[in-house]
Amino acid sequence: MWSFSNIANNIHAWLGNNFNPTMTLVIEMVLAGVAVIGLFAGLGLVLVIMERKVSAWMQIRLGPNRVGPKGMLQSLADTIKLIVKEGLTPDGADKFLFNLAPFIAMIVAMLLMAPIAFAKDFQLWDLNIGVLFVSAVSSIMVISILMAGWASNNKYSLMGAMRSGAQIVSYELSAGLSILTIVVLSGSLSVSDIIYSQADGWWIFKGHIPVLIAFVTFIIAVTAETNRAPFDLAEAESELTAGFHTEYSGMKFALFFLAEYVNVFIVCAIGATLFLGGWMPFHIGSWEGFNQVMDYIPSSIWFFGKTFFLIFVIMWFRWTFPRLRIDQLLNLEWKYLLPISMINLLIVTAMAILKWHF
Amino acid sequence: MFIKKYIQDIWGAVKSLLTGMRRTMYYFTHHKEIITEQYPDNRDTLQLPERFKGEVVMPHDENNEHRCTGCQACELACPNGTIKVIFKNEINAEGKKKKAIDKLVYHLELCTMCNLCIEACPSDAIKMAQTFEHSVFDRNELTKILNNPGSKIMEGVE
Amino acid sequence: MFEEVGTTPEGDMIINVGPQHPATHGVLHLVITLNGETIKKVEPHLGYIHRSIEKMCESLSYRQFIYVTSRMDYLSAHMNNHACAMCVEKGLQVEIPPRAQVIRVLMSELTRIASHELWWGAMAMDLGAFTPFFHAFRERESINDIMEETCGARLTMNYMVPGGVMHDLHPNFQQRVKAFMKLYKKKIHEYDEMVTGNIIFQNRMKNVGVLSANDAISYGCTGPTARGSGVSSDIRKLYPYEIYNTLEFDEVLETGGDSFARYMVRIREMQQSIRIIEQLIDNIPEGDFQTKTKAVLKLPKGEFYSRVETARGELGVYIVSEGGTTPYRIKFRSPGFSNLSVLNHISKGSKLGDLVAMMGTLDLVIPDIDR
Repeated sequence: MWSFSNIANNIHAWLGNNFNPTMTLVIEMVLAGVAVIGLFAGLGLVLVIMERKVSAWMQIRLGPNRVGPKGMLQSLADTIKLIVKEGLTPDGADKFLFNLAPFIAMIVAMLLMAPIAFAKDFQLWDLNIGVLFVSAVSSIMVISILMAGWASNNKYSLMGAMRSGAQIVSYELSAGLSILTIVVLSGSLSVSDIIYSQADGWWIFKGHIPVLIAFVTFIIAVTAETNRAPFDLAEAESELTAGFHTEYSGMKFALFFLAEYVNVFIVCAIGATLFLGGWMPFHIGSWEGFNQVMDYIPSSIWFFGKTFFLIFVIMWFRWTFPRLRIDQLLNLEWKYLLPISMINLLIVTAMAILKWHF
Repeated sequence: MFIKKYIQDIWGAVKSLLTGMRRTMYYFTHHKEIITEQYPDNRDTLQLPERFKGEVVMPHDENNEHRCTGCQACELACPNGTIKVIFKNEINAEGKKKKAIDKLVYHLELCTMCNLCIEACPSDAIKMAQTFEHSVFDRNELTKILNNPGSKIMEGVE
Repeated sequence: MFEEVGTTPEGDMIINVGPQHPATHGVLHLVITLNGETIKKVEPHLGYIHRSIEKMCESLSYRQFIYVTSRMDYLSAHMNNHACAMCVEKGLQVEIPPRAQVIRVLMSELTRIASHELWWGAMAMDLGAFTPFFHAFRERESINDIMEETCGARLTMNYMVPGGVMHDLHPNFQQRVKAFMKLYKKKIHEYDEMVTGNIIFQNRMKNVGVLSANDAISYGCTGPTARGSGVSSDIRKLYPYEIYNTLEFDEVLETGGDSFARYMVRIREMQQSIRIIEQLIDNIPEGDFQTKTKAVLKLPKGEFYSRVETARGELGVYIVSEGGTTPYRIKFRSPGFSNLSVLNHISKGSKLGDLVAMMGTLDLVIPDIDR
């Protein structure tokens, strides 16, 4: 049957037959790099048009409808515009850091792609500490924002960066604790093990209410971590004009923009993997017939369907809620989310030991 | 007691957020509520109300005749100096010299569409048109002469 | 001087919000002294949109100067024109026909709703919620369509003239207004669902920018800003003009004095305006819509003052006449200027994000402040 893993295996076998092992590895790395960059570009285009259409429909507007069929090529046109625009570096800026920051944002987003399973047995790097890797690498993101804010030599940028620093560092905690609930339940840090542990049902259904609470906490925390409204204080438009990327223009701005969307995709993919079974089709315990019917739907469609559903939820938040204030944002984390996730983790641990889950 | 209040707070907050999300979801799924006007695609069907103040025009009948006597009431009524009346001497049928308008110059670029000139005109010679696409490349084009070339005053208008 | 250095001698950061800034809705320039995120001082700098309207009016005749006032507080253009027309009528000592009075009140109340709608959307947008802005415009557009049909313009109508109104009502007017009220009543609960009831919004508004009643009086606040602090300041009740003393409506008062109180005043005021329109829409008297006045208006020597309640507060028009065809001196007492002056007082010690909420609830229209 046609599948991503078959294609990957065929390419691997063909390369292995024609080149020596070192060469094979090099070519495979190049191919993976090209694939990731291609996925990046594709995701950027799709997510931007998706965001614009979602926001338009929620705001009783039509949204972009001029470029291409139903405006579907609008983001492509925007990309071309951003590429040909002048990438301005302010005089007072720390030029090296200013130019480096968008690339760090991009590299972080690319690194996070590594452990994600896009389809059955189709994964760039199935490392045994995949979930830990994701939490660790995603916190580097804040460095690029701080760097951009500091190097811009602009007070608005600096304030945005400082807000973002406080925000991301705080929300890492509850995101991490929510991830831990699933690690406790599945007993593994490896992404593929976590997915296989959901073969008889996704954790969100198997784990009763505690996992549901963990899921909600996770969604809130990652919305904050990716600087999306209602937690977009780092770029709070009406307060700080554009926050940390006030001084960026052209392709450097586009890289930040792209990194934001790719980060949204990645956190949603991780959310889908941990709580909604990743590429695992919708299985119910021991209903063999039902499970087999579900297996006919390709695993990549399951994965992308779940991921895009979560992305839609995050967009839905953005176009409904007002922004929080910085002290309220930190209160929400330290007074509500963190205590709740800690207690929740205890309950889940007890549940895992006593085998109360399905 | 503290715990109860804490949980109540959270429940109230979540409920209020879900109410808002239900509202946006309603609009997300109900596309017939969209109010976007597809200008300029709807140019053909676009109906502006007859009182809409777009620009001042001077209607002419089929004989190229207008109703302007050149009384300068509009020029006086205008707060911005938008209208200028330029006269010429015309010899009428009886061989008498008569003052008539040569040009009624209208500066669209100065006009604020306040309608005072129309109100001031005693002979209903000028009116507001419903045009609104006034963009031009050269601002000289905004200085308009309202009476057609060769036009003259209608019989019986004083 | 500070602007160049960027910090005060005490080491506090100074940032310039505006004149080009998304939250100031125009060209307001605020010099803010910040200690971290906490505001120590806010200093508004005006003058970026000064068009010297008062001086311009001195060279225009009593019929002509009214159109300029639409450009002051462009969101309550009708009320500005109304105040000027009333002041001229006071000087001329003409009575305007009952039909004209009803039309004026109807138009003013529709404008008030339209203005508050825009304020509601813009304020939600300041707080980071974009969607309410578009929802508010749906209702506002239908009011603008009504205005366009009767007055011929959507924003700067120049509809109220000395002696009455410029045109009669459009034949469709009653039906359109009724349709609007039906739409409004169908959608009003969405305002609560989307914004008022939202927990994030309430936390952003409550106990933010508290203005005490005494301060509201001493700063000369009027309109919803003062009424949010419990100061009765509705000109329609205190100094009734036109037919307001025959109408049934409540002066909306809130006692909180914080941003949320000011917000609630405006939300409830829209419903009071609907109530006024409901009383009038089926009872528009027949008759003239304008008293005949002379072609050239001359006010007797003297001083004339009239005031109306605009969407933002009390607008006073003061005319000094020397007996000629143009005013000797005109002074507008605009509500926005006094309301802006409390910003420094109420924002001390709050966060930068709160400043946006406060500016939103003061409902600043910059051309009204600068003139």
